Amino acid sequence: MSESDLPGSAETVILGAGIVGNSLSYHLARYGREDIVLIDKGPLPDPGGSTGHASNFLMPVEHSKEMTHLTRRSIEQYKDFDTFTNSGGIEVARTDERVEELKRRVQSAKSWGEPGELLTPEEVEDMVPYVNTDLIKAGFYSPGAGTCDPLRAGEVMRSRADAIAAGEVDPADAGDLEPDADVVPASERSGDGGLHLSPNTEVLDLHVEGGEITAVETDRGTIEADEVVIAAGLWSPKLAKMAGVEIPLTPAVHQMVSVGPISFFEDYEGEISFPVVRDMDTQMYERQHGNDLEVGSYQHRPILWDVEDVPSIEEAPLSPTQPPLTDDAFEQSMEDALEIVPDLLDDPEAGVRHEIDGLLSQTPDGAPLLGELQDVDGLWSAAAIWIKEAPAIGEAMAQRMTRGWTDIDIHGSDVNRFYEYGTSREFVKNRAHEGFQKIYGIVHPAEQWQSSRPLRTSPFHDRQEDLDARFFEAAGWERPQWFESNRDLLTRYNEELSGLTRPNEWDSRWWSPIILAEHLHMRDKVAMVGDMGFTIFDLVGPGATEFAERMAVGRMDVDVGQSVYTPILAENGGFVSDLSIVRIGENRYRVITGGGMGGADKAWFRGHLPEDGSVQLIDQTSALCTLGVWGPDARNLVDSVAEEDMSHEAFPPYTAQKITIGEVDAWALRISYVGERGWEIYAPSEQGGRLWDTLWEAGQEYDVRPVGMGVYGTTGRMEKGYRLYGHELELEYDPAEAGLTFHGVKDADFIGKEAYAEAIEEENAATLCTLSVDDHLSETGERRFMLGNEPVLDPDGEVIVDEEGRESYVTSAGTAPSLGKHLLMAYLPPEYAEEGQQLSVEYFGEQYPVTVEVAGSRPLFDPDNERIRS
Amino acid sequence: MNTLACVKRVPDTGAKIVLTDDQRGIDTSTLGFTMSPHEECALEEAVRIAEDRDGTATALTLGPEAADEQLRTALAMGADEATLLETEDGEWGPVDTATAIADYVAEAETDFDVLLVGNESADAANYQVGTHLAGQLDLPFVAGIKSLDVADGTAVAKREVGGGEEVYEVDLPAVIAVKEGLNEPRYPSMRSKMRARKQEVASAAPDPAGADCLEMVRLESPADDEGAAEILGDGPDAAADVLEVLRDDVEVL
Repeated sequence: MSESDLPGSAETVILGAGIVGNSLSYHLARYGREDIVLIDKGPLPDPGGSTGHASNFLMPVEHSKEMTHLTRRSIEQYKDFDTFTNSGGIEVARTDERVEELKRRVQSAKSWGEPGELLTPEEVEDMVPYVNTDLIKAGFYSPGAGTCDPLRAGEVMRSRADAIAAGEVDPADAGDLEPDADVVPASERSGDGGLHLSPNTEVLDLHVEGGEITAVETDRGTIEADEVVIAAGLWSPKLAKMAGVEIPLTPAVHQMVSVGPISFFEDYEGEISFPVVRDMDTQMYERQHGNDLEVGSYQHRPILWDVEDVPSIEEAPLSPTQPPLTDDAFEQSMEDALEIVPDLLDDPEAGVRHEIDGLLSQTPDGAPLLGELQDVDGLWSAAAIWIKEAPAIGEAMAQRMTRGWTDIDIHGSDVNRFYEYGTSREFVKNRAHEGFQKIYGIVHPAEQWQSSRPLRTSPFHDRQEDLDARFFEAAGWERPQWFESNRDLLTRYNEELSGLTRPNEWDSRWWSPIILAEHLHMRDKVAMVGDMGFTIFDLVGPGATEFAERMAVGRMDVDVGQSVYTPILAENGGFVSDLSIVRIGENRYRVITGGGMGGADKAWFRGHLPEDGSVQLIDQTSALCTLGVWGPDARNLVDSVAEEDMSHEAFPPYTAQKITIGEVDAWALRISYVGERGWEIYAPSEQGGRLWDTLWEAGQEYDVRPVGMGVYGTTGRMEKGYRLYGHELELEYDPAEAGLTFHGVKDADFIGKEAYAEAIEEENAATLCTLSVDDHLSETGERRFMLGNEPVLDPDGEVIVDEEGRESYVTSAGTAPSLGKHLLMAYLPPEYAEEGQQLSVEYFGEQYPVTVEVAGSRPLFDPDNERIRS
Repeated sequence: MNTLACVKRVPDTGAKIVLTDDQRGIDTSTLGFTMSPHEECALEEAVRIAEDRDGTATALTLGPEAADEQLRTALAMGADEATLLETEDGEWGPVDTATAIADYVAEAETDFDVLLVGNESADAANYQVGTHLAGQLDLPFVAGIKSLDVADGTAVAKREVGGGEEVYEVDLPAVIAVKEGLNEPRYPSMRSKMRARKQEVASAAPDPAGADCLEMVRLESPADDEGAAEILGDGPDAAADVLEVLRDDVEVL
């Protein structure tokens, strides 16, 4: 590992030598990079960022599959570096509500394949004798949890990175991580490579030319590179700004103190002999560290810093990320800590030896910021990462950078999810402030953010507000989830809804039975739905057809006006997205995709645009609004205001045409995500209000109702068995498994073709099925409704796992009012993917019987799609 | 036996000091505050004497309202009472400071047997408050003390000098200026920190006597210290270089 003068150029430059940068250097070396420079403004081994003061424990079980799998993989790596101590961890509940939440933790543990069980207070006491169990009602035990030494792990990773990049050590011999086919063996290395370390080096500027990163300018010289990763923790936004882009995070305080020496611990050798304790209801943790007890808190008021105010290494008494404790904010935390572990903290010899406002990175939604920054080719973000997931994220980033896809799907952390709406300092600050209190909170899966709203509103927004819409937010867009003005429908559909309303508060939180009534009204009459917050972009130019073919599984050389719903795959055949592409001209295609992943989808397309400039990507997201008109009377309604002939013959399904609605020149696509006759009507945003009014007034004759995303995204979709990216569709599943092979294998080449063709030939390891709940009654006689992510159990009550090691869990859950059932989707291995198969799902600690209704993608409602096709 | 420890709120040291633009003060926006290390020992000693000899320990500071924080630390470390002599307009000179403390001592309900001060503050380092205090109260004074034994009516205080130590016996009450190393100050327990946050802190707002005849013109940063640590190497490979330094530069071999 050389540390001499900075080289003039490098293949890859990593900015930041914390746990993330070190991990990146190691994994990039494994995947074939040979000439890597690792820069930090601070000294090694502890350059002064958050890695140096973290409490270093890893609790693998979260409600997020992505985070749980990343943490599990990181634990494997820390073990391989010999820097992991398996202490176990316990989350304790002081309240009944938290006991329920811990049952949900067990549920998530099972779904994501981690061990985890509920403990009685006595069992907690057996494991952690110093906890005041008078205060607690239960515990959740995570036996896989433990602590690590990230600074030592960093040293191990750097030294392996150097040896592997230099070809001195084969990746297979550098540790116990099994190399996959893309890891480059020593025999294929040039022998000239290595990891160049450059500590105490400050980045002054990032050079960008023609939209590409070209060099990193530092106080010790300039390095040319066309691949640069910002892994600088809370300083990342500052570096991104040098390249004219944004990494939306803010430094936030996490208060922690260390109390010792505690005589009780003197009888135990080593760093930790007892499980880490998370006192969830006070949002605190207590963990042994040698003879000390570390007490950390997330309960204090959010204290956000401006990155410009973080002191330099020279100016900081401890380190830049360890400013002094804000005493008054910590007062309640001290009271709570003294209550839960009084025996240790009242040790007469023990004092508070160390106390800090530890700075960490907080993002608008709490998840990391990973991926290529779409306005600068070759510039990557690897920021806002906790110790617990850093090694696996380094690995995933390296896979993404070298071969284009990752083993663990990291789409929830895509840096582009805030693109063009959520990167302002104000937004980041507001959401970080709000999100800080969710870190140990009980967060309902549908819980809505409150701050910085409304931010993106469609031209229909004011009209919908007048109709008493309940707005949910997606990617900044305000979308009605249901309309209180439709409450009268509850009476009309009283009979149909019996047995489908939700008596339990949790099940019905962020939900309304009005959604079900709106659904039935749409199936009976006609509904107006929108704006869906789509991301829309056109691919234009002489190379458009060829490019669209290369990106999509579906055939693209279709007639102008034809729409194609298609998977978008990575090379491994896993899902990058699913979306609609409409050929709107000879050399023009319109891509329409969900807003939530729109930034990432756009980045994926942009990143693959041909170098020769034969295709331009033109964003239409803000230019166009979308209004869906669906239901048996949709044609009557639209026909009454359109200049054109809207008959089935003149306007066939799955096609698009320009139409004029009243005064508004629009573009209509005969397609439906809710399985009804009708159109998505696209109009210039500034004419959206007029479009709404025209259809609304004409619709009164047909009792048109505004209908929310509760129908569009869940009830209508579930009845039709439509898959949703991020739920059913992920990198870890292929189209054969998802039942989306209706395109067959086209002649043209496309990304993922080989794997896709193989997947079709092979027997599925798991097949996406639709299930229905047979019995909703809990032990206490309450009807319960699953919300998604519950584990699916075999007849013996064990979690079902397929031959590739993937657990079966509920990918989506939703009520199907037209069928009178509550539906679930789940991938099941062949032995269970049989229609009529009886299984069960676990929900809040109880098992509920379910039946497989469909193995594959056949819709349960209107299986022949007669409504769409008539 | 009752003790008094005078402490001062000073910026946390150990980092590069940044001056304000007008060079009249230091930029404390990212700094924490603490009590001077010598005074931490003075306080620890005051608490120990009071505990051992059945009296009360009082912590006193003269400073801004925010100096309440250092008094809370003192209470958490075991002081029984705390008093803030609150100042409004910036730093006071040593004579005015000593005068205000002397006035407080003269009027206090408690008779103090041992009055401890730090040898010098960590920031201004005037080395004068103790001596002026003793002078104004007409009490014996010893400074630079790193060992102190208190008995009834007298105390034996030692200070280090080149090659040995000087031993003084003083009658009590006396003013004693102590140095770091006198004792090992305790880390306050969490519960005592909690208690301290709720304890009462007495306060008064004395007027400066205006007797100091020094005026601070400006502060200057010392030239950068170029003598930063040099890494000779890593592991056994470095042994030869280390030997060379020990033999040729340090001349200990």
